Amino acid sequence: MPFSGAKRWLFLGIVLAIAASYFTPHFNRYYLGVVIDVGIAIILATSLNLINGHTGQFSLGHAGFMAVGGYLSAWISLKIGVTPHAAWFFPLSLLAGGLLAAFVGLLVGVPSLRLRGDYLAIVTLGFGEIIRVIAQNTDAIGAASGLKGIPKYASLGWTFGLAAVTIYVITSLVNSTYGRGFIAVHDDEIAAESNGVDTTRTKVIAFVTGAFFAGIAGGLYAHHKQFISPTGFDWLKSIDIVVMVILGGMGRTAGVVAAAILLTLLPELLRDFAEYRMIIYALLIILLMLLRPGGLFTFNLKKRRVA
Amino acid sequence: MDFLQQSINGLGLGAIYALIALGYTMVYGVLRFINFAHSDVLMLGAFAAFYLAPRLEQAFGPQSVPTVIGVFLLSALICACIGMTIERLAYRPLRNRPKLTVLITAIGVSLFIEFTCQNPRVFDSATRPFPKLIAEHQFQLGTLVVSSNDILVPVVTAVLLLAMWFIVQKTKIGTAMRAVSFNQSAASLMGVPVNRIISFTFGLGSALAAIAGILYSMKAPGIEPLMGVQPGLRAFVAAVLGGIGNLPGAVLGGILLGVLETFAGGIPGLSNYRDAIAFGILILILLFKPAGLLGRATVEKV
Repeated sequence: MPFSGAKRWLFLGIVLAIAASYFTPHFNRYYLGVVIDVGIAIILATSLNLINGHTGQFSLGHAGFMAVGGYLSAWISLKIGVTPHAAWFFPLSLLAGGLLAAFVGLLVGVPSLRLRGDYLAIVTLGFGEIIRVIAQNTDAIGAASGLKGIPKYASLGWTFGLAAVTIYVITSLVNSTYGRGFIAVHDDEIAAESNGVDTTRTKVIAFVTGAFFAGIAGGLYAHHKQFISPTGFDWLKSIDIVVMVILGGMGRTAGVVAAAILLTLLPELLRDFAEYRMIIYALLIILLMLLRPGGLFTFNLKKRRVA
Repeated sequence: MDFLQQSINGLGLGAIYALIALGYTMVYGVLRFINFAHSDVLMLGAFAAFYLAPRLEQAFGPQSVPTVIGVFLLSALICACIGMTIERLAYRPLRNRPKLTVLITAIGVSLFIEFTCQNPRVFDSATRPFPKLIAEHQFQLGTLVVSSNDILVPVVTAVLLLAMWFIVQKTKIGTAMRAVSFNQSAASLMGVPVNRIISFTFGLGSALAAIAGILYSMKAPGIEPLMGVQPGLRAFVAAVLGGIGNLPGAVLGGILLGVLETFAGGIPGLSNYRDAIAFGILILILLFKPAGLLGRATVEKV
């Protein structure tokens, strides 16, 4: 193996994803669709975990950033249209979506990260809703009816390759010397500040990085579903992602990935109980908070404060 | 003249927001957390009235005084019980947990009520017409048209604000509420039954939500399980705008927001952005004056 440590896993993940995508024509289309959903959920949950889990800043507007990335990359793909090498531009459109989402994250983050706790949660929820309302009223991106006929570029390889990159970047970031700042901010902001951590800068960087990957996930989502509309990015979607992070245990990457898989598969399994699906889901949130606030897969091996 | 007309319409709408905001503010004042389920209690209040009205009309005759008072009182009572039950089951076990845990639980409770009520076996998600509880009259004042509802709602709000102010400032239980708000453990050491006080506050707030829900439904085209979400959101913004935890502030914020929204609705390009405007105001307030218009800024001590 030419790489060591985390890089090896990244390499393995990408190779496996690309290898698996060669066999996708033989897969059942329904199962393949669900598996790609899982990959997108992993990217969303891991990126939110950086903001909510590692850095302890509570954001309820992740779906807004996803919408920004999704809309821009879908719009670019539709503009390019059907040309011989159109698919080659897919990574570029994803990147553009991610960068715009990161930029919006910067615009949202700089003023709102001065707030704490539930106020920050409400403001990010508000920004997410504002993004949705703007999308709903902009004719260039289809207004309320959304964008249709987006080419289906999001393959198994792309989705899981990018999921591996997301996990790799975020874990490496948190484990770096610099990234210890995130955890310091999470544990005690005042103590971190007095030890020379630039807390505002740290929080903004976490927010912008999280927004970038949410934008990428949005692009994948658009090129997977081939249709996006503002209602798909309402605050329930943000809550979905938040629940994944909480279920997995804030700041625990493996747990969050497991929760993303579980919560994407659960609605598919509960398809027969469609009427009760959302009631069960809401009850799950309440019971989880009452009984296991540290996450479903967190056991009391070492005590960790949950913020 | 159009300006005056719009102001009157805005006042009628704002007074309802103010009434809902009062409930948010009461609970926040004592527990320091945002009760997301408040807007759903409002919806339950409207549904309680929906089912009570025909029965009371049979007994006392339609649009008679005992019917109206009975509907309002019984719905308020039902919602007070629901509010206390929610507090007992979902929030009390989390009393000393981090704020965000409680916030997410509140979101969970809100979703639970909404999805349960949308189930076809409960209320179903269809919109139903709300019974005419009080006959509506239109008064013509020059070119102005004033509906009796636009007078009734602000009057009810003013009376309830005074009542709340009286309870909080002048009664023994109000003193206890302020003590709990100031310092829970110290209040408990002084012999204040903290749990009972919090329960009472929830009951009071939920009763206000029920009354607001009925008044809102009298104007709205009909009632459905998600009807509370929009006014609840605006009322929350109103509570923060006025300074959350502050009773007159909630009313001021509610009326300001109602008037602003009515004016924004009158401008063609802006009417689609009404939700965004409410959130925009909220964000601006939180960024520049987080304590709200009438709130006091607190200094964080290390």
